[in-house]
Amino acid sequence: MSRYWTLFMGSAFLYRFLRDKVVIVSFSMLLLLVVISFSAPLIAPFDPYDPTQIDIMDSDVPPVWQADGDARFILGTDAQGRDMWSTMLYGTRISVTIGLFAVLLQSILGIALGLAAGYFGGRLDSFLMRLADIQLSFSTLMVAIVVLAIFQASFGTELYNDLAIFMLIMVIGIAEWPQYARTVRASVLAEKKKEYVDAVRVIGLSRRRIMFRHILPNTLSPILVISTVQVANAIMSEAALSFLGLGMPVNQPSLGSLINSGFEYILSGSWWITTFPALLLIMLVLVINLLGDWMRDVLNPKLYKD
Amino acid sequence: MIAFLIRRLGQALVVMLIISLLSFSIQDNLGDPLRELVGQSVSEAERQALRDTMGLNDPFAVQYWRFLKKALRGDLGDSYFFKKPALEVILEKLPATLELVFGATLIILFLSFPIGVYCAINPRSWFTKVMMGLSIVGISIPVFLTAIMLIYLFSIQLGWLPSFGRGATTMIWGYETGLLTVDGLRHLILPSIALSSIMLPLFIRLIRSEMMEVLEQDYIRFAWAKGLNRHRIWFLHALKNTLLPVITVGGVQIGTMIAYTILTETVFQWPGMGFLFLEAVNRVDTPLIIAYLIVVGLIFVVTNTLVDLIYGAVNPTVKLAGRQA
Repeated sequence: MSRYWTLFMGSAFLYRFLRDKVVIVSFSMLLLLVVISFSAPLIAPFDPYDPTQIDIMDSDVPPVWQADGDARFILGTDAQGRDMWSTMLYGTRISVTIGLFAVLLQSILGIALGLAAGYFGGRLDSFLMRLADIQLSFSTLMVAIVVLAIFQASFGTELYNDLAIFMLIMVIGIAEWPQYARTVRASVLAEKKKEYVDAVRVIGLSRRRIMFRHILPNTLSPILVISTVQVANAIMSEAALSFLGLGMPVNQPSLGSLINSGFEYILSGSWWITTFPALLLIMLVLVINLLGDWMRDVLNPKLYKD
Repeated sequence: MIAFLIRRLGQALVVMLIISLLSFSIQDNLGDPLRELVGQSVSEAERQALRDTMGLNDPFAVQYWRFLKKALRGDLGDSYFFKKPALEVILEKLPATLELVFGATLIILFLSFPIGVYCAINPRSWFTKVMMGLSIVGISIPVFLTAIMLIYLFSIQLGWLPSFGRGATTMIWGYETGLLTVDGLRHLILPSIALSSIMLPLFIRLIRSEMMEVLEQDYIRFAWAKGLNRHRIWFLHALKNTLLPVITVGGVQIGTMIAYTILTETVFQWPGMGFLFLEAVNRVDTPLIIAYLIVVGLIFVVTNTLVDLIYGAVNPTVKLAGRQA
């Protein structure tokens, strides 16, 4: 453990991290958002899932600094009388959870298929890559909208609402596998030509061992780079689906469904129901994208030249 | 080229078959067509008889074949809600969506190329830095939020532009178009900007990075050494080779664009296919859902095949089938 620690402390990665103010700020922001959202039950003043804590008489209260504000609700309340700040914390937790698990699923599927396509080549490779091409051309959002819409229509809204979080993870997770598969395949093809692979083959190691223990570790940096961007994309897709009413239900809102419920009231002047979750969502996605961009610059050996 | 064409067409056909199979299984599992036709009072025996005459008890393959034959003739069943052929309902709404996509594409083309090329040529200028910063912010804002912000700013606060619908339209060759009236064009502005908002930063970044890579290549250095005019080098020699990856990515993005029309149309209540599709889902209007899937699938397949063919024609190094050594 301590060996890895000293290795990490002396790495170019850490050095470049500490030299870049934008990255330090975005990393701290991300850390802060994740920590406060996952400790939501501890720090949120209200529990938005508990109907006894919600009073319809408190609905549509503007933020504290406005004339009609209520000291109990810092950022005001939504149309159902839920405290915005607490609901947003719980919503961020849902959004981040869906993003992380969907990317986990994508990476498992994509890495396995990409590794197989790159290593075995031949018919399997061309079949998988054609499939990836076709699936990519249909776009994740389109596939997700269609699949979720059909599930909602055939399950009925009641049952669908209970399964929403699971369905979102599955759909976003499965629809995006080509991103990983292509990236992994490309680096596997590059690695396969190197001498160390010939060497382990000559030693007589099994195919599986060569694939997972020798080639896979060398494809990790592109995987890391796309993983960051993919989490941001998954969070955005989830928000879009929830906004269309195909994602998280109103009684268990993610950031997207909060924005959706606020959109109906923006014309009547209740701007805070939409604006605060929207700002939080943009901030969350932006810091992840900034981190991803930076990581691509640092880990991409192609850019070392300049 | 012919072999390449045939192979691409064959692939397009397979994809369309898969889409039709999926659509058919949706129809098979979603809702009971009998319930839409007859009331409560019809007895079970009569229902069975009706099922037999309608062919609902036939094997899956037989029913699918029948569905396919009808679909090829353009008959996808009647919409439960509109009581009209579903395909007709969808095609009525198609021009609205196409106009939206057209508006957004114009914005993307006319802004992304100048900005992307400028940023590649002048990587250290302040404008480039501002643009790169803005583009990452742009990528991070979901389309529906951009749409809401546009409505809030330009319709509610400033009152400059209308926030929903298509406005005044005129009929031309049997299709409704909003492109010929001032009111229709005014209605098109905000939705088009919203739809282009996520693609535009993506394309600016893509064009910039591709162009920067091209500018590093030997043939560009040689052109400089030869003393060619810099405008000639930038806009003729370098830009030409930047186009190739842009075409490929553009083809892939068409799918994304259609998906985003659903979001944009929902926010702006734009009477297009996407809006119709969501309504159909809420009403469990199965024939309409299927018609949408097939029309959109067809649009994807046709554009992707075209993009591939254009790519094959533009890029002489692309490996055409049958010519491999």
